[in-house]
Amino acid sequence: MSEDTQDRPGRISARPVPHPGRWVAVAVIAVLLAMMVSSFVTNPRWDFPFALRVMNFNPVLRGLMFGTIIGTIGSMVIGVVVGVVIGIMRLSTNPVLRGVSFVYTWFFRAIPRYVLLTILGTGLGYLYSTFDIGAPFGKQIAHALGLSSDLTFLTLDVNQFSSTLAMGVIGLGLSEAAYMAEIARSGIQSVDVGQREAAQALGMSSGKTMRRVVLPQAMRVIIPPTGNETIAMVKDTSLLIALPVNTELFYQVSVIGSRTLKIMPTYVAATAWYLIVCSVLMVGQSFLEKRFGRGFGVTSSSGPGAFKARMLALRGGGGGL
Amino acid sequence: MANETTQPLVHAVNVTKAFHGNEVLKGIDMDVRKGEVVCLLGPSGSGKTTFLRCINQLETIDGGRIWVDGDLMGFDDRGGTLHHLTDKQVAAQRRDIGMVFQRFNLFPHMTALQNVMEAPIQVKGGRKSQVKERALELLGSVGLADKCTAYPAQLSGGQQQRVAIARALAMEPKLMLFDEPTSALDPELVGEVLRVMRDLAKGGMTMIVVTHEMGFARDVADRVVFMDGGVVVEQGPPSEVIDNPEHQRTRTFLSRMRQEEQH
Repeated sequence: MSEDTQDRPGRISARPVPHPGRWVAVAVIAVLLAMMVSSFVTNPRWDFPFALRVMNFNPVLRGLMFGTIIGTIGSMVIGVVVGVVIGIMRLSTNPVLRGVSFVYTWFFRAIPRYVLLTILGTGLGYLYSTFDIGAPFGKQIAHALGLSSDLTFLTLDVNQFSSTLAMGVIGLGLSEAAYMAEIARSGIQSVDVGQREAAQALGMSSGKTMRRVVLPQAMRVIIPPTGNETIAMVKDTSLLIALPVNTELFYQVSVIGSRTLKIMPTYVAATAWYLIVCSVLMVGQSFLEKRFGRGFGVTSSSGPGAFKARMLALRGGGGGL
Repeated sequence: MANETTQPLVHAVNVTKAFHGNEVLKGIDMDVRKGEVVCLLGPSGSGKTTFLRCINQLETIDGGRIWVDGDLMGFDDRGGTLHHLTDKQVAAQRRDIGMVFQRFNLFPHMTALQNVMEAPIQVKGGRKSQVKERALELLGSVGLADKCTAYPAQLSGGQQQRVAIARALAMEPKLMLFDEPTSALDPELVGEVLRVMRDLAKGGMTMIVVTHEMGFARDVADRVVFMDGGVVVEQGPPSEVIDNPEHQRTRTFLSRMRQEEQH
């Protein structure tokens, strides 16, 4: 300790509060970790080398690429776009639009995704074997007027389409939109009314006000839960087998597992891929949060201090959301 | 209506407005000439802020009419029948009216410069290089040439309000509305904002200012309007209304303001 030669106290150099409990916890965790690693090494049934090979099998990689990655991207794009529209409708002054938005959210939040995908895969083709694009009630009108054409421009065979990745992406996307609508709505509502007024006072139309002023600020609130939704969607692509879609990661490793009878290592392979994909997404999420947090981080908008400041804010140190 | 050569820039007749049955404006008549600086004084709840917001249609009026530069605000008069204007038409009417808010309302996700450039580019479709040149000029004129790249959160309240004034001026408005522009500021920052407003008044801008700053009203205003309970109680040059008020309500309000200033 530094001795003060003057009577006035000087710079503080105090001893920290001891935390013996923390060291006990560290020791316990270290022992548990050592036990786990030892079991990995000594238990041959883990068979990590085989798991690693499974990860690189072609069908597995195709399943990862199409079912998991493209499935996630596609359904999240549909989910975000439809969700933002539904969310904006929910805030509309038009009661019909508000009602439609409410019913949509109510319906798709109540249906389990596995059930929804099963219905789309088998039930839809039973009800409607073709999907016709044409004038509304075109067939009835054509019949009444005795026309030779039935006013249909394009016909899709639903049974051919029902077990495709596209159908799965539509199903997951529509389901996701219900959740994204709620997230978008809360984000839009989090923006101060004064922001809208300032934009309007400058002569911006309501559409431009939404695009240029409200949504960019709402993004700050929308992005963290959207990141969670995306990560959840990565896992929910394993439900695509309900359609059924075969080019899907978990189905492909299961096939290898039942063929080789080394079931557990194939599950390890799938787990490893899910971990990798989700880790990459988490990096992307933190990048986006930084991008849309511009102007809100008080002084430094980037750099190592920003993360620390955010953690402090989480603990109630002020600032933040 | 009046098509004389001395047509007022703002011509309000019998304006009424109620919120949930509570009548806030009870028939306001007001004319503001081009180049005139009018200060609205009155206790809180007197309707002065509501009236200001009615002029650029942040509130829709229930009765009466407001014309700005000959345009009937919010409606199209087709042979005696009023039709509501579309969202786009309302936006077009607001373009020429600048507004400065009590709480600044700068766009927090844009820098000071971007805040000033936003409307000229997005609303008027101006060329970026020209708009930027003008925006830099305006930021310089409010004394913030060195703060172009700062985000609003990095600026003091007084600096934010000056950026907000520059943002409104960037649209080259013919009328500026100020809604208690210094009420949210720390006392030592009030002066810098009032100074910018004084310069603006000197430059001939038509201004309607809701304020509690008696000194500003006395020095800068051509006319002071005292409102209470949703009506105009009295109006006239500041030397009459502030220093020698006719009505008891004005006197009570002014003496209360003086007491507060002394504390």
